[in-house]
Amino acid sequence: MQKEENKEFTLSILTENKSGLLNRITIIFTRRKINIEAINVSETEVHGVSRFTIVVRSTHEKAVKVVKQIRKIIEVLGAFLYEEDEVHYQEIALYKLPTKMLTSSNQIENLVRSSGARVLTVGEEYTIIEKTGHSHEILSLLEQLKPFDVQEFIKSGRIAISKSKRQTVSFLEEMEALSLVS
Amino acid sequence: METATEISKPEKINQFEGTEISGAQAIILSLINEGVDTVFGYPGGAIMPVYDALYDFQDTFKHYLVRHEQGAVHAAQGYARVSGKPGVCLATSGPGATNLITGIADAQIDSTPVVCITGQVFAPLLGTDAFQETDVVGISMPVTKWNYQITDASEIPEVIAKAFYIAKSGRPGPVLIDITKDAQVSKFIYEYKKCINIRSYQPKPVIKPKEVLAAASLINEAKKPYIVFGQGVIIADAQKELLSFAEKAQIPAASTLLGLSAFPPDHPLYVGYLGMHGNYGPNIKTNECDVLIAVGMRFDDRVTGDLTRYAKQAKVIHIEIDEAEIDKNVKTDVSIHADAKEALQALTEHIKPNMHAEWLQEFRECEKIEYEKITKKEKFPESGQIKMAEVVEQLSSITDGNAVIVTDVGQHQMVTSRYYQFKSRRSNITSGGLGTMGFALPAAIGARLGEDDREVIAIIGDGGIQMSIQELGTIFQYNIPVKIVILNNNFLGMVRQWQQLFFAKRYSSTEMTNPDFIKIAEGYSIKGKKVTEREDLRGSLEAMMEHNGPYLMEVEVEKEENVFPMIPTGESVSNILLG
Repeated sequence: MQKEENKEFTLSILTENKSGLLNRITIIFTRRKINIEAINVSETEVHGVSRFTIVVRSTHEKAVKVVKQIRKIIEVLGAFLYEEDEVHYQEIALYKLPTKMLTSSNQIENLVRSSGARVLTVGEEYTIIEKTGHSHEILSLLEQLKPFDVQEFIKSGRIAISKSKRQTVSFLEEMEALSLVS
Repeated sequence: METATEISKPEKINQFEGTEISGAQAIILSLINEGVDTVFGYPGGAIMPVYDALYDFQDTFKHYLVRHEQGAVHAAQGYARVSGKPGVCLATSGPGATNLITGIADAQIDSTPVVCITGQVFAPLLGTDAFQETDVVGISMPVTKWNYQITDASEIPEVIAKAFYIAKSGRPGPVLIDITKDAQVSKFIYEYKKCINIRSYQPKPVIKPKEVLAAASLINEAKKPYIVFGQGVIIADAQKELLSFAEKAQIPAASTLLGLSAFPPDHPLYVGYLGMHGNYGPNIKTNECDVLIAVGMRFDDRVTGDLTRYAKQAKVIHIEIDEAEIDKNVKTDVSIHADAKEALQALTEHIKPNMHAEWLQEFRECEKIEYEKITKKEKFPESGQIKMAEVVEQLSSITDGNAVIVTDVGQHQMVTSRYYQFKSRRSNITSGGLGTMGFALPAAIGARLGEDDREVIAIIGDGGIQMSIQELGTIFQYNIPVKIVILNNNFLGMVRQWQQLFFAKRYSSTEMTNPDFIKIAEGYSIKGKKVTEREDLRGSLEAMMEHNGPYLMEVEVEKEENVFPMIPTGESVSNILLG
């Protein structure tokens, strides 16, 4: 059997906002020894409904099986698997640099402008630069900033919105109707 | 007791509706509201308020005190598997709760509806390493269909209603509710409402006619169609539907381990039992059929052997209620994501009457080969020590295949599955997926209490019985009339068989020096007998069955007997060994 290659997948999971769900979802990955590259949880536009966005590298087959297992969790309203071209997505990163590096030359300022980043705050000791974008853009800026003594760097998980026309509210109505079939 | 027995059950619970009661009382009332009249459990500090509340309901509600919490959950499983209703067990926090885990995992993998209620330390003590505190919600998460911790008494009715709804609907499974002691003692206004839906949970998939038509057309074209069915048929109560389906197009049908008792074993279309120690024909014909129709089964590795050499020539149809099982192990050509009963009804309507006499004959030829090479020698040996198969054969004939048979795990389990004729509904209770030794004795207790008037026989190995032998105490205390047959070879037989075949006979830690089982039974006032001679066997088994009350029989069987046929691990079903 030929081996399927690992690819990056975005899982978008709609759930009730209940405690313990994060654990229930992540153990599905742990059990199959799939590493989670990034994870984000936040409330959606519908009160009481949360969205998990999880990025994994996996084969398509494995990813599909994991999504099916996630759908079985009682409080999961829906789980969707997307490849890169099926979602709009962003990440956000913060870089902390000594302020004196900024003032000593205009190289940093140029980097900030050319990469579409922005300066979040300038303090006496340090300056915070903020950049949103895709992972590789954020990491490329990090590499470029490294010579200027990056003291701390942090990057968020991915947030993603699918290109499908489905609306959360109408999806929830569908779910409600299906749950009454008996 | 002040609560008069003449008050009927509904009145008795109704009188509490809208009144202020404790969380512990609410737990009992909620269970009664769910139709529960039998629970298995073991008290301890954090569940004491519930046991106190139980004291007032002894006339409507029977609690069986087991000897170990694992016994409680296995008994609940046995109860559920026989009755089809959720089994219920109670345990205290900490070790009480952790002792349930094996049974919960067993119920999860074998789709058994079980509701476990555990006591928990006072809510303010959560996370402080308090006495007998353990994170049972965390521990049980991977092995429950759903679990929840209650810290507020007012949540009790709704959560229990939800627990029962989840446990028994869709693909059934175990749920666990952990209830802090303060929630058990605090008071609130009790009101009970059954759970009818959960918007994030669709237990019953809507059957898609397109899938049914696609499956029907494959079946109508098939020359060598073949049904393999599992416990899904029993859970969906689709035994009749399966039979009509098979009969209409005359399709041979084989059972998985947990599917046994879903199809009449003496029916001309029944061809036997699948899997590692299953029948010859059912296994090898999997790789010769042209359409494989899997109903309510999950292509467990013990059934499929090497997946890359499993039914590759066949179009595969999978009828399954759990979408995650579809294409999990075996790629399907057509799947029907639905309840087995509905799917089989719909499918039967759309298939054409047909005959497959020659194809069926091929199975009969395999049966002859298996009979000559294995079955005859096993069931009817003329000399040497007693064989496990002949004990099972005798039991099957004495009971006419109508008893509920509870087995543990290992050689005796495989032999029983091969040689008992499961004629009566829901009569095969065994630990399938998890393979839990120690399951049978407590599960037999639950099975006996699950439905009145059913004869229950537990067939157990000498290893397995000692994993839960303390439950003889429960049998004794409540005089539960189960029959226990220990097939004693003084070995952990299945492991020894593997050591013989695959580890150069290096019998590492498999030989057992066993106690006098009959004396142990005697200690519990359970009548018993040890049988060592073939000529004593039949009469002794008959006497056991005629005995009114529990009975333990030990049969000394051949020490180094192997179970054949066998598909070695990682092998193809085609390469099944006949000895």
